[in-house]
Amino acid sequence: MSRVVFLDERCKGCLLCTTVCPKGIIVQSSRFNRQGYKVAEVPADAMKDCTGCASCALICPDVAIRVIKSRKAKKAGKE
Amino acid sequence: MQADERLALADDEQMAFEVPDVLVDRATHYCPGCHHGIAHRLVAEVLEEMGVVDDTICVASIGCSVFIYNYLAVDSVEAPHGRAPAVATGVKRGRTDKIVFTYQGDGDLASIGLAEVMHAANRGERITIVFVNNTVYGMTGGQMAPTTLIGQKTTTCPGGRCRDREGMPIRMAEIIAGLGGVAYSARASLDSVKNIRAAKKAVRKAFDVQQQGLGFGFVELLSGCPTNWRMDAVKANTRIREEMIPYFPLGVYKDVTEGEGVC
Amino acid sequence: MPHNTTDTGTPERIFIKGNEAIAHGALAAGCRCYFGYPITPQNDIPEMMSYALPDAGGEFVQAESEVASANMLLGAAAAGIRALTSSSSPGISLMQEAISYMAGSELPGVIVNMNRGGPGLGDIGPSQGDYFQSVKGGGHGDYKLLVLAPATCQECYDMMVQAFDLAFKYRNPVMVLGDAIVGQMKEPVTPWKPAAVPATEAADWRLEGAKGRKPRLLKSLFLEDGALAGQNRHLQAKYAAMQAEAKAESFLTEDAELIVVAYGSIGRIAKSAIRKLRAQGHKVGLVRPQTLFPFPGPLLRGLAEQGKRFLTIEHNCGQMVEDVRLSIRGIVDSAFYGHMPGEMPGSDDFLAPILDAMGGK
Repeated sequence: MSRVVFLDERCKGCLLCTTVCPKGIIVQSSRFNRQGYKVAEVPADAMKDCTGCASCALICPDVAIRVIKSRKAKKAGKE
Repeated sequence: MQADERLALADDEQMAFEVPDVLVDRATHYCPGCHHGIAHRLVAEVLEEMGVVDDTICVASIGCSVFIYNYLAVDSVEAPHGRAPAVATGVKRGRTDKIVFTYQGDGDLASIGLAEVMHAANRGERITIVFVNNTVYGMTGGQMAPTTLIGQKTTTCPGGRCRDREGMPIRMAEIIAGLGGVAYSARASLDSVKNIRAAKKAVRKAFDVQQQGLGFGFVELLSGCPTNWRMDAVKANTRIREEMIPYFPLGVYKDVTEGEGVC
Repeated sequence: MPHNTTDTGTPERIFIKGNEAIAHGALAAGCRCYFGYPITPQNDIPEMMSYALPDAGGEFVQAESEVASANMLLGAAAAGIRALTSSSSPGISLMQEAISYMAGSELPGVIVNMNRGGPGLGDIGPSQGDYFQSVKGGGHGDYKLLVLAPATCQECYDMMVQAFDLAFKYRNPVMVLGDAIVGQMKEPVTPWKPAAVPATEAADWRLEGAKGRKPRLLKSLFLEDGALAGQNRHLQAKYAAMQAEAKAESFLTEDAELIVVAYGSIGRIAKSAIRKLRAQGHKVGLVRPQTLFPFPGPLLRGLAEQGKRFLTIEHNCGQMVEDVRLSIRGIVDSAFYGHMPGEMPGSDDFLAPILDAMGGK
């Protein structure tokens, strides 16, 4: 299983990540960070669908997203 | 804090996305959806992958990206508006053993600095130029740039850029490719995952030709400026695809490593 | 090449133009980079540097403009390299942007101005019309250059060595302000070899890649609250400390009733006029400032306090005279004779103005 971590204080709520997720699991949350931006998130129940492709991290202009992949998932993906 | 706990890796986990160490761990001053952050990251990744971080000197230009030195942990000097290629020439001629690059926007490079970039390119200075084209003067509040598209409204062409009045938008990657000392000139875009991956390859190549002493390396990156385009970041990326790329075609315009010979 | 010596090790005198002496002096001083753009009457400098500097292991670049030359100088300075640009008046105007940035970023470099007539395109003859531009900053913002004014070809050589040393001592641009006379005339010059530039010069601030240390930043932008004020206070304190470098030639001032103040080529021509008048028994002497910034004001003030009177002679319409008057204010005024740029002065041109000033006792 893979997962993404949003660094809330880095996120500027531009939502570019929401446009590139192949699973469409990234959404705008209802949380505002200290700078007043409404941050992006993957709802807890949707995280299981994350493939760890890192597209969201790649397009994020603010280096606000970390992508963590389980080694098993990587193998499974290759099979 | 909370984020730190979430970043702890379990035994069977690994990071799928590495953040370069040379990229300073701090929030940028850039607006939401601005592509400078992506461009900075690509430069940081390339410098680390080449193993040249400790031998790199950055020449910052004037515009939103003047503060690049706050985000890249390399030795830096600030150039007057448009003069970064001349400053970089001086740095490189003084220290021919170092990797020297400028990072310039379209107002800086394609308007006030046109003479400096063209002659540095034509002399074949062993420097790299990362050119961020977002068709507008960002820092001063969205005035018309030499790259502003026909019909695009800015604060100084409120009716839209008009060919008869303001001329056509200038295509730098093609112009630079036509100059003798250039080893590599390409245009890439930062609007999509696929294009960002291609952009990184172009940035790498623009630095490689410097390191190999082949000549001048130039990479133009089509970028979004949602604030001054008066649209959200998602629409801005759509605009890059639908309006910018058709006028500013992506591709490699010159590459002496691909059979054109050393300049 | 600049050091011709005989078998006995005695330096030979070489017969060269002032412009060539500038190039010889720069090479002796360890100049590693030259950036320039052609303009009369200083073309001998880039022409000589174009072959001599690569031979000495340095880099010569003919830039696309004076704007670019000065910015290349800025870049080489940021790398801690001893670098030079040279030009003449219209070209120096184009360099002012980069010179302001260099002063603001505290970058050392040497700029030679072989002053020609202005304003505008003017002519290619000698003039001192760039005094204000040289000593009052020249570009935007509150800053100063150290300004050295050679009167002889030997001084062209000597002052280049001094210029590089001062530039790095103060981390500040230095201007060597000559004119079409000293640049184009030929004289015997005795080259000498200054001490080698220490490898540690600029080692604590130059850019060379941040290996094993924090990255360095050379900049003139200070947006943080209070930062620019702090930088300006620091710069002003530095300019005040430069006063220690003030230098002037004093000639027959001791018993003089009238002190002629003149710099560069004009100072030398005034000296000839003074010799003629001394032969006729007139008690006149000369102070020739060799540094225009810092200005040798305390020297002039000391002479004013001795009851001497003053005449400032310049090859312009009245510029340095303002600094002379400021130096002696409250004690005595200075008369002024300005030889019009566009006309070549000879020593006889100065006789009547000096006698007038003496008669006005």
